[in-house]
Amino acid sequence: MKDTLGLIFAYQNDELMKSLTQKRALSSIPFGGRYRVVDFALSNLVNSGVTKVGIITRNNYQSLMDHLGSGKEWDLSRKNGGMYILPPFAQNSGYRGKMEALRNAENFIRKSTEEYVILSSADVIFNMTFDDALRFHKEKGADITLIYKKGVVKQFDGGAGSGCIIETNGDERVTDIAVNPVIGGEVVKRGLEQIIIGRSLLESLINECTSHNMYSLHRDVLQRHLNDLKIYGYEYDGYCAKIDSIASYYAANMDLLDGDIRSALFYQDDQIFTKIRDEAPTLYTNSAEVTNSLIADGCVIEGTVENSILFRGVHVRKGAVIRNSIIMQDCEIQEKSELQYAITDKDVVIRENRKLFGYNLYPMVLAKGSVV
Amino acid sequence: MRTKKRAVAMLLAGGQGSRLGVLTKKVAKPAIPFGGKYRIIDFPLSNCINSGIDTVGVLTQYMPLDLNGYIGNGQPWDLDRNDGGVSVLPPYVRGKDGEWYKGTANAIYQNIRFIERYDPEYVVVLSGDHIYKMDYSKMIDYTEEKNAACTIAVLNVTLEEATRFGIMNTEEDDRIYEFEEKPAHPKSTKASMGVYVFEWKKMKKYLEEDEADPNSENDFGKNIIPNMLAAGERMYAYEFDGYWKDVGTLQSLWDANMELLLPDSPINLGDNTWKIYARNPNEMPHYTSGHAKVKNAMVSEGCRIHGTVENSIIFHGAYVGRGTVVKDSLILPNTVIEDGAVVEYSIIGQNTHIGKNAKIGAPKEVAEATVTPGKMTGYMAVLADDITIGDGQVVAPAEMLDEDRL
Repeated sequence: MKDTLGLIFAYQNDELMKSLTQKRALSSIPFGGRYRVVDFALSNLVNSGVTKVGIITRNNYQSLMDHLGSGKEWDLSRKNGGMYILPPFAQNSGYRGKMEALRNAENFIRKSTEEYVILSSADVIFNMTFDDALRFHKEKGADITLIYKKGVVKQFDGGAGSGCIIETNGDERVTDIAVNPVIGGEVVKRGLEQIIIGRSLLESLINECTSHNMYSLHRDVLQRHLNDLKIYGYEYDGYCAKIDSIASYYAANMDLLDGDIRSALFYQDDQIFTKIRDEAPTLYTNSAEVTNSLIADGCVIEGTVENSILFRGVHVRKGAVIRNSIIMQDCEIQEKSELQYAITDKDVVIRENRKLFGYNLYPMVLAKGSVV
Repeated sequence: MRTKKRAVAMLLAGGQGSRLGVLTKKVAKPAIPFGGKYRIIDFPLSNCINSGIDTVGVLTQYMPLDLNGYIGNGQPWDLDRNDGGVSVLPPYVRGKDGEWYKGTANAIYQNIRFIERYDPEYVVVLSGDHIYKMDYSKMIDYTEEKNAACTIAVLNVTLEEATRFGIMNTEEDDRIYEFEEKPAHPKSTKASMGVYVFEWKKMKKYLEEDEADPNSENDFGKNIIPNMLAAGERMYAYEFDGYWKDVGTLQSLWDANMELLLPDSPINLGDNTWKIYARNPNEMPHYTSGHAKVKNAMVSEGCRIHGTVENSIIFHGAYVGRGTVVKDSLILPNTVIEDGAVVEYSIIGQNTHIGKNAKIGAPKEVAEATVTPGKMTGYMAVLADDITIGDGQVVAPAEMLDEDRL
């Protein structure tokens, strides 16, 4: 896919993630023991053979830049192409919509020579290559292809809503687009915010939006042009999870304890890449009791861990009990403390004998560096 | 013109490591996996970068493919540099008379041009078969301080152990007056660690003289060091008191790995001030299932553990099935052990497949009490890389297997 440019929106729904996004963008929230949310969008593009990727940021992107570095872990540290971080111009306090964000990347887009652009939101956990979707886009002579997932939408409290729900005809031509409609438990086609579009068309749409003070990709482009542009839907039938709330983040992490979902995401030829930390393997002592858990390198486990996810460098001391929790990088869980349904951000210390319990649908979040 | 370097390191990685038996059938000794995710060569390479040495020549000869691929551009060790970095140096043909590396000294001799590109003051000679953390820059400082032509790192061993090492006999100020290889009656307990610092100009002279001598074995220990001593060069022993382990035999490889499980492991891999770097296999975190029981073990990323693991090191990407028992063993990368198998006191090579209910080795105490030890394996069962053991098959303790058993 040398003829395709990747553009990642790395700032979606930041405000819904509470303390997890206090000091970082949603796309750089740690996920699955050693990854960041953005790794999926980035790896998908790289695995599709895209070698030039722009990353559109808005605010709090220091952590994201630290994570991405020069892009070498994704093989995007290139002489030609590679990774470009596109921060906002200083006078911008935020983007009202994706078209406004794209205006910021206009130069980058205009100077590129690729024929197609993949617009990818970095808030979806999935493992997909775009080769087949791009072939579909070309075969149909489509102007825009929306990648969608068919199924019942799991909605979580505090989330961004049901998202972009589309309807397609027998030819997969999109016939209706609804943004955040109220839906029940019915099977719908939900857009994954992964969009294929011609580069010159994208340029003219950005111009059109700018000159008319329009900014929304969904309302001002997709809905307005539903009839005069050929907009198609392409079904993705693998696993995916949208991260737009603490509850959905927690659920997506816990999904990884399911072997089939793990296989679909990770034990594939197309790997998910992430920043390397050079940790020693994890050490289990004689007092360790670990079941049904996902554990990254660099941990020392002396206590009990059940149905949980441990990131790199976590120390679980003797007598400590962790159940149904997500423990991020370099946390220390001291003697005889107990955690249930907790999400501890990086560098949290739980002191001896402390007991903290959240609830399944409302896990307790401990902010980065807090000491309990 | 390249920048002048204070020191260039030359890492001798061409040895076959024949005492490691089937494990080195396909890979050179320095490329043998160690400690769950590392390879032996990660230790000297990481020591170099942590010591501020950014120019390293790796001399390969035996089974170099794996090692070359592993070192690559040196990026995992931060040795991908515009000026210097890591270079893999295989023997090559010059005019009509190309030749293999005849000995350790000849290997350096053949690469004099590589070293001269950097015009170094000192050359550090290392080998790729030891597990240790050492700051070579301190040893170079010591060499400079003593105005020595050569310093040799030594470790204090017991008198009994001294009979198995090259021993440095020194004056009170650590100046070496005699070198004895494996002395029957050692006069000193200062054992050579195989780490040398040479003043480059002197070294070059002795390498050239050695090359001109048709009777020489072209070896540092046998020729260069004795020749320099005989000529009255200033040579000093540099005492090192940290952890250092030769992993040249199957037993010592097993022992050194198991020492990682000790409560205060002498080679602390979690030390952030002296990290050991390795090429990252990019695997997901390991999964320990609801049926698993893992005690006193090291488990690396990408593993899936459904059975019982005790006193063992499970390297990255390995799979341990349900009802399977792994005890006192090293399971090298990407090995699959299917349901119901028992693996005890064994070393299992990379990418090897062990079928259901297979039985490999025997409990350590049982093996030690009932079995005649193998010359290389001792009481362990040792399986080569890339072989398949069929369902229900047995591999006896002390057995070394390098073919399928179906």
